[in-house]
Amino acid sequence: MKAPRFAYIRPESLDEVLELLAEHGEEARILAGGQSLMPTLNMRLSRPRLLIDINRIEELKGISFEDGTVRIGALARHAEVMDSPVVAEHLPMIAEAMPHVAHVAIRNRGTFGGSIALADPAAELPACAVALGAEFVLASARGRRSVAARSFFNGLYETERGDDELLIETRIPAIEPGYRSSFMELARRHGDFALAGVCCHAKVDGNVLSDVRLAFFGSEDRPRFADAASAAAEGKAWSDDVKDAVKEALGGDLDPIGNFHASAATRLHLARVLTGRAIDRMVAAG
Amino acid sequence: MADPGGAVGRPLPRSGARRLAFGRGKYSDDLRFPGLLHLAFVRSPYAHARILGIDPAPALAAVPGARVITGAEIATVCKPWQGTMDHLPTMVSPPQHAVAVDRAVWQGEPVAAAVAASRAKAEDAANEVAVAWEPLPAAAVRDRTLDEDAALVHPELGSNLCFSTALGTGDSEAALDGATHVVEGRFSFARHSGIPLEMRTVIADYDPGEGTLTVHGSHQSPWHQQDTLSRHLGIPEHLVRVVAPDIGGGFGIKLHIYGDEIAVSAVSKILGRPVKYVVDRMEAFVSDVHARDQAVAARLGVDGDGRIRGLSVDALTSLGAYGSLGRPPISEGMMTIMMAAGAYANAHYDARLRVAFQNKPPSGMYRAVGQPIACAVAEQLLDWAAGAAGIDPVELRRRNYWTDDDYPLRTPGGLAINRLSPRRCLDKLVGMMGYESLRAEQADLRKAGIHRGIGVATFLEMTSVGPAYYGPSGAHISTQDGATVRLEPSGAVRCVTSVIELGQGTHAALAQIVADRLGVAANDVGVVGGDTATTPYGGGAWASRGLTIGGEAVWRAAGGLRANILELAGSILQADRADLDLAGGAVCDRATGEPRIALSEIGRIGHFRHDTLPPGIQPELAVTRHYVPDAAPFALANGVQGSSLEVDVETGEIRLLDHWVVEDCGRIVNPLLVEEQIRGGVVQGIGGALFEECRYDEDGQMLNASFADYLVPMAAGLPDIHVGHVETPIEETALGTKGAGEAGTVGAPAAIMLAVNDALRPLGARVTSLPITPESILEAIAAARAG
Ligand SMILES: Cc1cc2nc3c(=O)[nH]c(=O)nc-3n(C[C@H](O)[C@H](O)[C@H](O)COP(=O)(O)OP(=O)(O)OC[C@H]3O[C@@H](n4cnc5c(N)ncnc54)[C@H](O)[C@@H]3O)c2cc1C
Repeated sequence: MKAPRFAYIRPESLDEVLELLAEHGEEARILAGGQSLMPTLNMRLSRPRLLIDINRIEELKGISFEDGTVRIGALARHAEVMDSPVVAEHLPMIAEAMPHVAHVAIRNRGTFGGSIALADPAAELPACAVALGAEFVLASARGRRSVAARSFFNGLYETERGDDELLIETRIPAIEPGYRSSFMELARRHGDFALAGVCCHAKVDGNVLSDVRLAFFGSEDRPRFADAASAAAEGKAWSDDVKDAVKEALGGDLDPIGNFHASAATRLHLARVLTGRAIDRMVAAG
Repeated sequence: MADPGGAVGRPLPRSGARRLAFGRGKYSDDLRFPGLLHLAFVRSPYAHARILGIDPAPALAAVPGARVITGAEIATVCKPWQGTMDHLPTMVSPPQHAVAVDRAVWQGEPVAAAVAASRAKAEDAANEVAVAWEPLPAAAVRDRTLDEDAALVHPELGSNLCFSTALGTGDSEAALDGATHVVEGRFSFARHSGIPLEMRTVIADYDPGEGTLTVHGSHQSPWHQQDTLSRHLGIPEHLVRVVAPDIGGGFGIKLHIYGDEIAVSAVSKILGRPVKYVVDRMEAFVSDVHARDQAVAARLGVDGDGRIRGLSVDALTSLGAYGSLGRPPISEGMMTIMMAAGAYANAHYDARLRVAFQNKPPSGMYRAVGQPIACAVAEQLLDWAAGAAGIDPVELRRRNYWTDDDYPLRTPGGLAINRLSPRRCLDKLVGMMGYESLRAEQADLRKAGIHRGIGVATFLEMTSVGPAYYGPSGAHISTQDGATVRLEPSGAVRCVTSVIELGQGTHAALAQIVADRLGVAANDVGVVGGDTATTPYGGGAWASRGLTIGGEAVWRAAGGLRANILELAGSILQADRADLDLAGGAVCDRATGEPRIALSEIGRIGHFRHDTLPPGIQPELAVTRHYVPDAAPFALANGVQGSSLEVDVETGEIRLLDHWVVEDCGRIVNPLLVEEQIRGGVVQGIGGALFEECRYDEDGQMLNASFADYLVPMAAGLPDIHVGHVETPIEETALGTKGAGEAGTVGAPAAIMLAVNDALRPLGARVTSLPITPESILEAIAAARAG
């Protein structure tokens, strides 16, 4: 379990990173926290020629709040996000999700940007980004652009990011008054990738839900926004009947991929159970 | 008997743990060797394939200076071995080469070795070796390996059947027919492995000058390795030395003779250079021995008041492609049928066992061998019987245990039992659990829709297996252990033992035994072992035998030294040795306890001032003794485990709330060591109950060969494990100890399965396959709903 040979470079500036990406494209791989990349190298599942270590790039660090938007730098470590008062206040869903992301040692190095760029379908943060309407800022030698989370994830480890682009930050609208979030996940062991996971976000007035946004992970090859299930709850007073309708509708939204940890049918069942519980909790939280 | 005021029985912290905590452990991989080469294996990607040719050229081009050595080349210096047993003439197992020669019979079997100056380069080279394969059909589905049309693992055997047998007493058919309640189940126990933290590691150094082979490695039985290396590589035994430095766990996995490990020595012999090989984690999943993998159908009959009338067990064990040299691969199944319900009075029993080969990694012995299966099957049937008869399951156990008047006895499964203490263990456990109030709480919560479950399982643990089993098998494995105990000039004591320390702390316990025999403090005793050239010959670490056998050898050696010290002291003091005793680091007056001469004085005179001794006195300040259990075939420990858990019937999640163990391992030398063995064992049992499984597809490809997918229990998900003791010393030895290393693993899966089924009872659902997963619980509930 030794990685094949690769070249390694640790640039000091963002421009240098972008130039290297422009030059090497798919031959190069960005090294952020290394928690996913290093195992794939050691298992020889991936053989990049060049690793570009971005850990020295100051612009990619930090978490801030401005004009109703939280900016999470690509290099913000999971542990930093977990402890951030800004995240706790403005992005309660992400605060709730963080303890489910891996384990302490991995959270100390793993990064927010790494998790988004990797696009593991069972990961928590991509689904939170989808539910919360996040935007990802990508930079390349050609310039910058911003991609909405809902159109960023294309499939298993596949995203809209071009080979010459660096994810530099994620921008997420802060929770607005009257809104609530709820996050739930099931895994074989705490910290494992999910068998099923749901991110709920909605305006809750008494027990009436509006602007309902349900996103799922651990189900398909990418995080999935559940249009039908969200619509089934929209404008409704939360009740057992509405819960059943939401669960029923979910069958149209999700087409889970089964594996030996859980079959497709089990994953759909679990997503339904979690959705009911997550909305119960969100409504009860008032 | 040990002095009750001494070190034996006390919870002394183990000195060796301090060294490890300081980061000063020296595991095989930490050792440095000049001129070292590194080896990586090319392993078969197929479960079954003919090797049409091996072309090293691309590897040599990619890594200049590398060497590629094929199985055929290794076979020129290393004879194949065969895992057959003299005492089991009907058991078959074909010859096995260290590295496959013309056919690979499991995915992961080594077929060639690449050697280079670093591990990374060796892997680079191994990756480029071009092997031409002809894939063959594989036998890889447990319940179909004995079908007519199953692919044959070893066509020359004509069948995949390795062994079959039947045993029993009485007439179980008639007894079951006459029973008031008959319960039955089909159980499945997944294939899994032992997962030691430290990987198997070998550094072999063949010195062509002297013709010596020195092997450092992480192995539980260096003597068995020495014997195998000597015989199969043709090196005289006194020129073979096997050293086991610190070992990071073994659990039986490191007990076996592995082709890849022997091949490292063969390659060193071919190249005349030291060669190192460390199994990596992904290779370990397809090369470490696998265990369990059993399907069991069983029926139990009880009469109206819950007394056992008869039991019938039919077990099918699936091996890998080979058994292991000297270690009967049928043990997993034999233990199942011999031990099932062994603690309970029963006159009518029949059992059948079939053992079959599959195209999977070789099978071997993993902590608790077969006993978790015996325990889970019998205990689950008893719980169901209790339900059918309307009797509390704990009460049902009480009614059925052998009574003290029954001993000594032979169980219907053939176990000779001198004495057990299940009733005392059960009473203590029920008290520790607060069984009655747990039941009351369970009933209350059930009204609120919460499904709690309680499981109480009685277990037997066969430990310290003696020569009756290994001798007749013809295996070159000693069931004896030895020790040398020596007085140093300062009055400190050194003990050199054949007992292998794997992290269990046995060496610390040996120091306590020596301390009591010689009247010194335990930390004045140094213990070393793990070197076949310099320690007494022995068996090594397996079958929870370290203290019962190796401890007894130490007891005897220290006793011999005690006699010699008293004799020397007698001549120095001009006293009758019968009037002298050892205590407090001195020779003292037996009657008054008054110190007469310090041990440091005895050491100084005995080693440096021979001139002052009367003529004819030859101080003998080192004594070697061996011990082999001669009075009983094994030491049978017993106990009871309890589990309390909650099942989320909508998601299938299990939350373990509490776990209790009361065990009787005879005399306890150090309760801290026993309790940590029990807890560690329970955790591995939880692994078997809820997580661990080597998943294979129908073509014999392992699907989860990494820690991302092969799940082991993690600390955060574990309950508190409460341990209580009952002490019934065995009478066959001076110390009276039995083993304790496997008890936790034997009983935990049963306790958990019983608790899960207890929780599911109101829904009419049952789970009978381990590991139990959220999905299997949901499926069981759905099946019950569907009727
Ligand atoms: C045992 C274990 C358990 C885990 N459990 C979970 C879990 O439960 N949930 C979960 O979400 N994650 C889990 N992870 C993954 C962990 O969160 C990773 O750290 C994370 O997904 C990747 O972040 P990283 O900074 O380590 O990225 P790296 O490993 O450095 O990179 C991952 C990939 O993203 C690319 N990349 C990284 N940063 C950028 C960037 N700024 N722009 C463009 N491309 C980039 C890299 O080139 C690489 O291809 C687990 C990991 C381990 C080892």
